[in-house]
Amino acid sequence: MDFGQIFSLTITQAIGVTALIYLFAAIGLNVQFGYTGLLNFGQVAFVAAGAYAVGVIVLTFDLSLWLSIVVALITSTLLALLLGIPTLRLRADYLAIVTIAASELLRLLVRSIAFKDVFGGAQGLNGKLGQEFHDLNPLPADFTLPVLSWSRQDLWVVIVGWSLALLFTLLVWGLVRSPWGRVVKGIREDEDAVVSLGKNVFVYKLQALVIGGGIAAFGGILWAIAKQSVQPDTFQPDFTFFVFTILLLGGAARVFGPIVGTVIFWFLLAGFGEVLSSLINNGYIDFLTATDVGSIRFMLMGLGLMLLMIFRPQGIFGDRRELALDAR
Amino acid sequence: MPANTETMAPGRAAAVEALHDVAQVPGSPKPDPILIADHVSRAFGGLKAVDVTHVEIQRGAITALIGPNGAGKTTLFNLLTGFDKPDSGEWTFNRKSVAGTAPYRLARMGMVRTFQLTKALSRMTVMDNMLLGASGQSGERVFNALLPFTWKAQEKANIERAMELLARFNLDAKIDDFAGSLSGGQRKLLEMARALMVGPEIVMLDEPMAGVNPALTQSLLGHIKNIREEGTTVLFVEHDMDMVHDISDWVIVMSQGQIIAEGPPDMVMKDPQVIEAYLGSRHGSALTADGASLTADSQGGNA
Repeated sequence: MDFGQIFSLTITQAIGVTALIYLFAAIGLNVQFGYTGLLNFGQVAFVAAGAYAVGVIVLTFDLSLWLSIVVALITSTLLALLLGIPTLRLRADYLAIVTIAASELLRLLVRSIAFKDVFGGAQGLNGKLGQEFHDLNPLPADFTLPVLSWSRQDLWVVIVGWSLALLFTLLVWGLVRSPWGRVVKGIREDEDAVVSLGKNVFVYKLQALVIGGGIAAFGGILWAIAKQSVQPDTFQPDFTFFVFTILLLGGAARVFGPIVGTVIFWFLLAGFGEVLSSLINNGYIDFLTATDVGSIRFMLMGLGLMLLMIFRPQGIFGDRRELALDAR
Repeated sequence: MPANTETMAPGRAAAVEALHDVAQVPGSPKPDPILIADHVSRAFGGLKAVDVTHVEIQRGAITALIGPNGAGKTTLFNLLTGFDKPDSGEWTFNRKSVAGTAPYRLARMGMVRTFQLTKALSRMTVMDNMLLGASGQSGERVFNALLPFTWKAQEKANIERAMELLARFNLDAKIDDFAGSLSGGQRKLLEMARALMVGPEIVMLDEPMAGVNPALTQSLLGHIKNIREEGTTVLFVEHDMDMVHDISDWVIVMSQGQIIAEGPPDMVMKDPQVIEAYLGSRHGSALTADGASLTADSQGGNA
């Protein structure tokens, strides 16, 4: 077995393009769920909105990529308002129901035959999506990194992606340490108490939903640019649940929770996969085939999560004292 | 004029004097009402929880809203503060009609309430709980939030004011503790201090003494009196007669959703209608300030 190669592939995935997509969704969810307490079970819809905005503007309408990024943010804002205005005045559970339903509705809408001309139906939109972005790539043509096995194109996406992720983390840090952040944390703890102190809770919840959705939309933008393809069935509800997993893993309502959660999640998931594949290919395991690896790594991941919830329920960064207060 | 007003604190003396000539009948007009409600009603299914024809709350006084369990006291509170919508009714705050106004707006106008089940924001520090009460913070606007220089000075002033209030409520040693780690009584104190942080004209306390040990009750009573001495009107719900007798300037009695009696505490406790509402008609004796049966009754809570 080549441990060097296993490690290299694992690290590449742990901080790679796919991990970044989840990271943006998790940073957004941290604002919504971690700090404000909004049960948004449709985070994937915001990612899809970002990806499809880029796909439609660039491929269907043949317009600029930079315009599509603006459209992506407008789309995610409209989506947040559409979901939030009718539901945020109601109890928290309603937002959960509406968001999970809306995310599936959106997926079925974009893959429908009726809108095939715009959204490309079940095949989605494929083509030269991020040309303007990749043209800016400053890396030399034969550039390679030691250990990490990215193509020149992916490396450029990863560099920009991580810079943006750090920027958004900084933005969240600035927001949550301000009086604004104090209000949204108060809303998470007890909405009525915050109302009784003269705060318009509805507006704050809407703001949190819009901000979190906008950050998640960047995951979609990155997806379209990096993978040069936008496909409806990649935006399944399980995406949202992985994002929740990442958030709880790193510790909700912690500024660095999403980053730590994402890297660990993808490190473990990729690591399990690579080790298993290697064991099977080298004949150490003969009751499994290489095609089983995909599902077994998720089983192992689930086991790992159970252990986490039993031994460290507050996540990697969380504060156990805070969690104990909930029981009162 | 009552003979003993000279020995009273000035706020209490003023309140007693102002209420001296007020008729002791339900819905009696007050010389300077801060809150006037007319025909406020709320039904839950077939049960008419609140049906108040007319009530006025005197400015600068401590008014107690008492009544047996299920009398509709908390429901009336919820209606007046905008946390529940009435089926019908009009009410004014500072002579301005506020029926249908959103609860957060009422709070900004100076009508701040607390809750029967204390709502300390558990996973926030005591100081953050207090600072949340401060009104008009520019840093609470999302665009200013990222520009600390737009709110740092205001924040500093708020922290100072919070420290003063916390010192008054003996919570100044706890500023960095999570509110969830405080005892039940301390949470009541924190909630009261937080309500004052808003800078209210009237504080409406929903059972401020429920579940608090006797020693802390005394200190709570002292704090409530201080609130009045500073010119803030207090309206509080309670069903323990002892507390009511000690601190209130005026008592309003509710039973089955209606106001059945009003008057100074001594008079109200002798009112046969009140005794009947509390104890049933077969009890003929007057309610005493240390009546054992009443204290036992209040243990049951007012869920």
